[in-house]
Amino acid sequence: MASAQAPGPAAARVRQLTLHYGNMRALDALDLEVPAGCMVGLIGPDGVGKSSLMSLLAGARAIQDGRIEVLGGDMADKRHRDAVCPRIAYMPQGLGKNLYPTLSVEENLQFFARLFGHGAAERRRRIDDLTRSTGLHAFLDRPAGKLSGGMKQKLGLCCALIHDPDFLLLDEPTTGVDPLARAQFWDLIDRIRGERSGMSVIVATAYMDEAQRFDWLVAMDDGRVLATGTPPDILARTRSASLEEAFIRLLPEDKTRGHTPVVIPPLETHADDIAIEARGLTMRFGDFTAVDHVSFRIRRGEIFGFLGSNGCGKSTTMKMLTGLLPASEGQAWLFGHEVNPKDIDTRRRVGYMSQAFSLYGELTVRQNLELHAQLFHVPDEAVAGRVDEMVERFGLRQVLERLPDAIPLGMRQRLSLAVAMVHKPELLILDEPTSGVDPVARDNFWHLLVELSRRDKVTIFISTHFMNEAERCDRMSMMHAGKVLDSDAPARLVEKRGARSLEEAFIGYLVEAGGEAQAEAAAEQDLAQAAPVAHGTADIPQQAHPAGHRAFSLQRLFSYCWRETLELQRDPVRATLALAGSLLLMLVMGFGITMDVEDLRYAVLDRDQTTLSQNYSLSLAGSRYFIEQPPLADYEDLDRRMRRGEIALAIEIPSGFGRNLLRGRQVEVGAWIDGSMPQRAETVQGYVQGIHQHWLQEKAGEQFGTGAGGPATIESRYRYNPDIESLRAMVPAVMPLLLLMLPAMLTALAVVREKELGSIINLYVTPVTRTEFLLGKQLPYVLLAMVNFFCMSLMAVTVFGVPVTGSYLALTLAMAVFCVVSTGMGLLASTITRSQIAAMFIAMIGTMLPAMQLAGLINPVSSMEGAGRVMGEIYPATHMFTISRGVFSKALEFADLHGTMLPLLAAVPVILGAAIALLKKQER
Amino acid sequence: MRKLKNILRLGRKELWSLWRDPMMLLLILYVFTVSVYTAATALPETLHNAAIAIVDEDQSPLSARIASAFYPPEFQHPRMITVGEMDAGMDRGDFTFALNIPPDFQRDVLAGRNPEIQLNIDATRMSQAFTGNGYIQQMAMGEISEFVQRHRAAQALPVELALRARFNPTLEKSWFGGIAEIINTVAMLSIILTGAALIREREHGTIEHLLVMPVTPGEIMISKIWSMSLVVLLATGLSLNFVIRGLLQVPIEGSIPLFLVGVVLCLFAMTSLGIYMATLARTMPQFGLLLMLTLMPMNMLSGGATPRESMPEVVQNLMLIAPTTHFVEIGQSILFRGAGLDAVWKPFLALAVIGTVLFILSFRRFRKTIGQMA
Repeated sequence: MASAQAPGPAAARVRQLTLHYGNMRALDALDLEVPAGCMVGLIGPDGVGKSSLMSLLAGARAIQDGRIEVLGGDMADKRHRDAVCPRIAYMPQGLGKNLYPTLSVEENLQFFARLFGHGAAERRRRIDDLTRSTGLHAFLDRPAGKLSGGMKQKLGLCCALIHDPDFLLLDEPTTGVDPLARAQFWDLIDRIRGERSGMSVIVATAYMDEAQRFDWLVAMDDGRVLATGTPPDILARTRSASLEEAFIRLLPEDKTRGHTPVVIPPLETHADDIAIEARGLTMRFGDFTAVDHVSFRIRRGEIFGFLGSNGCGKSTTMKMLTGLLPASEGQAWLFGHEVNPKDIDTRRRVGYMSQAFSLYGELTVRQNLELHAQLFHVPDEAVAGRVDEMVERFGLRQVLERLPDAIPLGMRQRLSLAVAMVHKPELLILDEPTSGVDPVARDNFWHLLVELSRRDKVTIFISTHFMNEAERCDRMSMMHAGKVLDSDAPARLVEKRGARSLEEAFIGYLVEAGGEAQAEAAAEQDLAQAAPVAHGTADIPQQAHPAGHRAFSLQRLFSYCWRETLELQRDPVRATLALAGSLLLMLVMGFGITMDVEDLRYAVLDRDQTTLSQNYSLSLAGSRYFIEQPPLADYEDLDRRMRRGEIALAIEIPSGFGRNLLRGRQVEVGAWIDGSMPQRAETVQGYVQGIHQHWLQEKAGEQFGTGAGGPATIESRYRYNPDIESLRAMVPAVMPLLLLMLPAMLTALAVVREKELGSIINLYVTPVTRTEFLLGKQLPYVLLAMVNFFCMSLMAVTVFGVPVTGSYLALTLAMAVFCVVSTGMGLLASTITRSQIAAMFIAMIGTMLPAMQLAGLINPVSSMEGAGRVMGEIYPATHMFTISRGVFSKALEFADLHGTMLPLLAAVPVILGAAIALLKKQER
Repeated sequence: MRKLKNILRLGRKELWSLWRDPMMLLLILYVFTVSVYTAATALPETLHNAAIAIVDEDQSPLSARIASAFYPPEFQHPRMITVGEMDAGMDRGDFTFALNIPPDFQRDVLAGRNPEIQLNIDATRMSQAFTGNGYIQQMAMGEISEFVQRHRAAQALPVELALRARFNPTLEKSWFGGIAEIINTVAMLSIILTGAALIREREHGTIEHLLVMPVTPGEIMISKIWSMSLVVLLATGLSLNFVIRGLLQVPIEGSIPLFLVGVVLCLFAMTSLGIYMATLARTMPQFGLLLMLTLMPMNMLSGGATPRESMPEVVQNLMLIAPTTHFVEIGQSILFRGAGLDAVWKPFLALAVIGTVLFILSFRRFRKTIGQMA
């Protein structure tokens, strides 16, 4: 396969390509010509710019500087991108990153097929073909998130191939996948290439051993190309036996300085000096068995390896040994003591380094070391010395005062090890400590491990998915799907299976293990029959891109709409928030935002004690707003009870009140109001004044003859809400308020979620346009909001007893328009943010604050001034409040509302237009 | 002893983490300064620029006099309209009040026939309806009596009503707004800071690290509680002194140290609640949503925004469980009314009990779920 070949016509040409992320340079004036019609491997460790180059080639990322030509056109030109986009397929890094985990295999494939405009029959045919030939046909109903790593990658490949691309970009398709699935994956690619001979493929990979099978290689480091050529060519040029060795030789001098190959001295230990023993260790999460009866013994001073793919149970086993997870079944002993999470003393003998870098990014290197030393109870006076020792040994001197995030990855790895070692443990548990580290740094790390094991007799238990690291262990276990397949010295394992390499031996074990492997093997047979059919696909390439460049397609819009609906259905948290949350909040706000002042407690300080003074205080007691409390004794009592908040109002009737009044002398009644709540105090003032006036008129009437109450009467009519209850004023306004905030929040999360999870890439690399994407995502939320609206209005009528007096149809229509506006605001918030938190904050600030303060919820817009007034006048919620209150309380009909409806309608194109304009069709 | 040392060191680590998180620092600074200041000053006077329309069917000197009594800042200049325009205008919400002076009003007044002015109020605008009604009644009646007095001797009882507002004599809203905001902020930040501190550990994977060390879940939890409480307590003290008393010139009646003791009790309860919520939520966004569903009811129903006594009894009783209800009571009693411990020991006790219960609940849940966090 790896035949030497001269690069023919180029599939892609890259000239002087430079890319920066902030201050960091990812690509540095890179020049490259990718030959067409063959399989090109892009090799290099993590973080050298492979993924950046891939996404630029796919058109997913905007070009900053330089020039890229793909399939004969400039990728900076939008028209060319639109034209070639249906011919390119891009599978981003990360297991199933562009897939939707809650959707089933079938639904994922349907979604992608619709985006590329295939009809229903054509979709069925293609999906059946592809899933049969990849062995996924039996799992069509399984959610993508529940597939194994290998199957996820196969699904990703199916989704990429659904539209018959001419140029296939695969970014680290096999990272974290077990060797059997990996081998199957490559066989699949070979077969597909056999059928579609014109297809060019670029694969980025960090596994050097895998690169052997590619036609042509590009070795990358630090954003630059180190070398290109066929694998034999590169090996010959560097005079190396393996590509990993070749790569190290290709690296610039200063990186490899001091690098020596890792040599493992023989182990000298007693077979019965056991550091770790596990017997029948089992871990179940629900009905899923993550670790299934695992047993092993590790001798003191031994380096023991765990080899297996992502999710096979390596980390879970390690966590059970550290006591992080209590085992469902089985037992484990550390140094002869049974593992017990509460046993603090054993913890001090163990050092643990977890898979992801997990030190405190906010503490400096020195602070991290000190904190860990202290928490492990290194005596206070010894801490400084110990930290110094670690710094010396692990070469951290020059980064001592820096934050971990600011130092190189290899250095951080050493820091993690130093932290795990700071209390001089006898046992080190290291969970994939070298993933993402370049080969040189990895070898240096192993030098340290060897020294710890052989010199300090530290037992090391390490997990990895690199074969060559597993080979370095004294003994190792091969793990798959929660089971240990076999444990022994690596060389013995290879021998036992009669294999040529450890990888081959592992594959042998996997095939034997059955289980999923069997199902996939069955699929292989399936595939033999399906092959001719799949061939048929290749015969009709003309049909491949039916609707690629149409500017607007309802099918694509509904494709997104359908997908969003499915996802919403399957996400209980968001659905609950949307429905139950809004009803709860409506209850809270309906009762909470109240202007009613009722049941006020008051007391009287009656110094007069005549019938007239009692008559006066009775006039207060008769009011529905006041509740009388025991009378006050004196000023001190008044003061004390008011301070405690027992009474909100105190009335003082002076002595001689009755007498003076009858004589026509001026008297003064004192009223003290608790002013700590000004709004309440103002209302109380009004009440007291009213009652006082009323009493006066009544008394005057009695004294001076009938009817002579006063010169005139002002008859107040409270319109629309005769009982002046807050509920009738607030409930109609709370509904639009909630239908503004919650839908905005949901849509804001909807787009940013895709950004965070990575599936936004589908917007970048498929023919879907921004308008289709946004409207498609918006539609389900508008419908949800309308359901919400019906629930809320039901609650308004039943629970709150606020009747609808006007035209409900008019209200419904207005609300529908308003929901489009509010979801649009959420979309707008999400187009300008990158994280879910930021989107939530912006959505909240953009909706809640103006709606509550400026839109006339409490204070009418007409009484505001300045910028707030202008904002209030144009803010859509203002008009919705008017409409809602009008229909609920003022018995308004359609004809009365068109004046307020217009500004609401006008907001739709403005907000959606802004959201569409600000959304990027490429990553920047 | 070793326990105490662990708690101290872990807490110190929390403080470092917070110190190096500029976003959080900015948030704390913002809510205790700008937010308090705007909340204090943004509350408009209840009756400000109220829109009023007058239907003058009398066209007499007296009706003109009444119309001229309404002017800014309480009212907008009255709009003179006809009877026919009145209903439509109120429907559209063009004005909140419509005063209808009937024909022959002046003549009837002078003849002592006690004529009637009709005042239409848009009661969907609750905030202005009440106060505005009182105001308009007073002003119109004042004008009328003054007018009448020039024509005939008054016949009324000489009883004056002397209204005095305690604790806030001029009913300055900024006093209330500022302090209410501080109370809300304490509640909000204590939950956010502790909850975020726990979720950050989970998202960064550092919780796993802590758990393999010789520290217990109890120590981890208490360290978060004390460190974050200290931050909020400090910020509250500074904000009370410099923003409320300094910038806003609000006189504080009671003892600030006593209030800060109340803050400590409240922090104890709320930070425990924050830990509890962080164990429920799996990610930051979920935590954010949960936060909204808990904080909003707490803010609105615990008596800080509107008086508790006007809420339905069920809500009042239900809200007795919330720590904020008691905290609001403590805050208002001490800061506004200058109450001493003899007056507020009840809410102090309630807060301590609620805090202990919340602490025990969240400790139990924390210990149970911490394994799954790693």
